[in-house]
Amino acid sequence: MNSNPSGPLAELRGASKRFGHSIALDGMDLSLRGGELTALLGPNGAGKSTAIGLLLGLLRADSGRVTLFGRSPHELAARRQIGLMLQSADLPGASKVRELLELTRSYYAEPLVMAECIALAGLDGLLERRYARLSGGQQRRVQFALAICGRPRLLFLDEPTTGLDIEARQGLWRAIRQLLAEGCSILLTTHYLEEAEALADRVVVLNHGRIIASGTVQEVRAHVSQRRIRCVSTLVPEQVIGWPEVRQASLDAGRLEIIADTAESVVRRLFAEDSSLSELEIERAGLAEAFLSLTREAA
Amino acid sequence: MTTTIAPFPAMRLLRCYVLEARFELLRLMRTPSFVLPTLLFPSMFYLLFGVILGGSKGGGLPASRYLLATYGTFGVMGVALFGFGVTIALERERGLLALKRALPMPPGALLFAKTAMAMAFAATISLMLATIAVSLADVSLAPWQWLLLFVVSVLGVIPFAAIGLLIGTWVSGQAAPAVVNLIYLPMSFLSGLWLPLSMLPDSISAMAPVWPSYHLGQIALAVVGGHGEGVAAHVGMLVAVTAACYLLAARRLIHLDQVGSG
Repeated sequence: MNSNPSGPLAELRGASKRFGHSIALDGMDLSLRGGELTALLGPNGAGKSTAIGLLLGLLRADSGRVTLFGRSPHELAARRQIGLMLQSADLPGASKVRELLELTRSYYAEPLVMAECIALAGLDGLLERRYARLSGGQQRRVQFALAICGRPRLLFLDEPTTGLDIEARQGLWRAIRQLLAEGCSILLTTHYLEEAEALADRVVVLNHGRIIASGTVQEVRAHVSQRRIRCVSTLVPEQVIGWPEVRQASLDAGRLEIIADTAESVVRRLFAEDSSLSELEIERAGLAEAFLSLTREAA
Repeated sequence: MTTTIAPFPAMRLLRCYVLEARFELLRLMRTPSFVLPTLLFPSMFYLLFGVILGGSKGGGLPASRYLLATYGTFGVMGVALFGFGVTIALERERGLLALKRALPMPPGALLFAKTAMAMAFAATISLMLATIAVSLADVSLAPWQWLLLFVVSVLGVIPFAAIGLLIGTWVSGQAAPAVVNLIYLPMSFLSGLWLPLSMLPDSISAMAPVWPSYHLGQIALAVVGGHGEGVAAHVGMLVAVTAACYLLAARRLIHLDQVGSG
């Protein structure tokens, strides 16, 4: 139905927002394209909630442009294309799951049938339960069901897996991948960098209201050239931490783990000081290290 | 890029409002801390002061008839003030209001749902009081008076819903019940809803027209007294209060937008 299917589904253009004297968002550009999962990362107070608030029409930008499906996010017709799961929203505890679902489905033109919502979100047997009497993980699944029940073309997931155990988290990841495969676009915020690493097509890192890095997971990781070195050694972290180029050293499951600016010189010295060293592994540091180093630089 | 979006049929829109109201009602019916005080207190007080201790006269009317009108008003205020003030404050604080506003909920659906819920409770209170009045206190009114008293109770929700909404946009969820009680109970007493104003000190009855509850009480009393004196002025006052509170609440909600949560 798009007149231009390759255009962005939602867009911020030079969007700024201040609250009193503090600048929450400082000229942010962001466009969300079809079929992609974009992970919005950043420390607390970086401006993630503000960016989402603008896209959802909860906040008004002081300057810049905000569009959702080419319209203002304040238009109902634009918001009928989205689904959302807000971390901070506590649903009414005395309502039954079925009531919450039926009500939210009624807002949309072509909602999923109940059975599909139940299957996708894993709500079997919970429909007649009151929301307040569900476990934390079950409540998260209900929130996810409400987010997807309208067959959204763009889904906002704000910290969707906080408080879930590993199994429940992977169940949600599966559902997210299925939605992506069906062409749904997703904007995800998360504190779990491995989640962004596992799911994101694109990563946007915010700090102090500005984008400090964006690109694919590989591209953002490449912002840091650091290497992670792992080995079994008689050396302890305290000996290694003072070496040139070593940023971090720790013991992880009996292995020495070192984050270093370059691997070669550190590895040479490792062999020199411990000839019995074994099981050496070297890899590029992950998104977590990239994220830490990016936000530290910008601070 | 502008996206063509299929129109949303009017019947489907209507369904949103109906479901919103139905589930709001069900949810509050399952909340004993709301149901018990709002439904039982008016009947209990009426039974105690209007039926058991009744017999004296208030404002030229038998106590059982006077208090039928004023406890009805007291009950209506309760459901509207608590049903709006406390629920809105909680929903705002818990982020539910933000979620609802971001979802494609039709505009005004929440307000409609809460008003409908409060009216359903007000209708129930009115019927409970009428049942007690007829069966235990021998109150006899003309059919049009019964009907009009019922209508006054149901429509009387509107000004107090507006006051409740204003409270709900200002105070925290935790403070809301206390704040509502601090307004509700003294205002009821000072408006002559518990005891006829003629039994209270002159200074209190002189000040009574300041309170919105006084005006609704006077309308209800005009109905049971079978006269229409001053009703237009009382209605006018209530309309003014309603408009002012809705306006202030709307401004407050827009301000909250600008402050945001970070």
